[in-house]
Amino acid sequence: MLLGAQFTEYVQKNVSLYHYRNGIPLTTKAAANFMRGELATALRKNPYMVNIVLAGYDKETGPSLYFIDYIATMHKVDKAAFGYGSYFALSMMDRHYHPDMTVDEAIKLADQCIEEIRSRLVVAPQNFIIKIVDQDGAREHSWRRTTKD
Amino acid sequence: MVGKNCFAIASDRRLGVQLQTIATDFQRIFKIHDKLFLGLSGLGSDAQTLHQRLVFRHKLYQLREERDMKPETFASLVSAMLYEKRFGPYFCQPVIAGLGEDDKPFICTMDSIGAKELAKDFVVAGTASESLYGACESMFKPDMDHEELFETISQALISSIDRDCLSGWGGHVYVV
Repeated sequence: MLLGAQFTEYVQKNVSLYHYRNGIPLTTKAAANFMRGELATALRKNPYMVNIVLAGYDKETGPSLYFIDYIATMHKVDKAAFGYGSYFALSMMDRHYHPDMTVDEAIKLADQCIEEIRSRLVVAPQNFIIKIVDQDGAREHSWRRTTKD
Repeated sequence: MVGKNCFAIASDRRLGVQLQTIATDFQRIFKIHDKLFLGLSGLGSDAQTLHQRLVFRHKLYQLREERDMKPETFASLVSAMLYEKRFGPYFCQPVIAGLGEDDKPFICTMDSIGAKELAKDFVVAGTASESLYGACESMFKPDMDHEELFETISQALISSIDRDCLSGWGGHVYVV
């Protein structure tokens, strides 16, 4: 049983390698398909126990989000969530999401999902981090903390 | 479903993990070539893997033979590929529909280890298969033209998936 950290490092290194070899970065779709292929190949021997939400920005196609299961089911989606919190987050997003939201509206929606998870989930995490991926790259946007450690 | 010199293949659009719906636009029917379509029900991951493998094999066949695969040949290929994994199978039930020589329609389905089930009228697969058998049996008529075939297959699909909690969220229908 292999873990998420091993898988993500492996993918990171391979994506960099592609960039070095070919001079252009992998598109989000290509990276998602690569991940799915690796998970599918490992599935019947030594599966990776990792669920992935892949967010990427490409100049030609704009932003895209991919949902990849630990059994290598891949689908391009507008909204995705994993775990027990997903029951609450997906419902919140189904209600409030619409295409062409602004970044501020999206942050507000993320906050609403976090609030739901905090109040409804017995095993809710203490701290949350919001990250943004856009034409300027991927960056941490903000934290939502309840503990300061 | 088979019609007069045509066929129709349909599927629902739900992608779920047991009781939770992940997406409502999942593509389950794939075009192999202009006159051959493959529907894959069952485990999403295995459906995607099997589709990629079969497209690869068909493209190789096209390069070597310089023509498209006949539906009967393709069905045998799928059956062989599934049986190769007899003791560690792909958890998929394929539905193959195509037009063979002289545009004669060909349909077949298989279980997850490749046991072919040929039929002259309709084949079904998936979680709602029992409902589908009933609906198709009552709605099917031989030698329908493409418009009537489209209506029939759509109604059979909708009424069956409405009775199955793991299927739904609309349907994709392809008529060739």
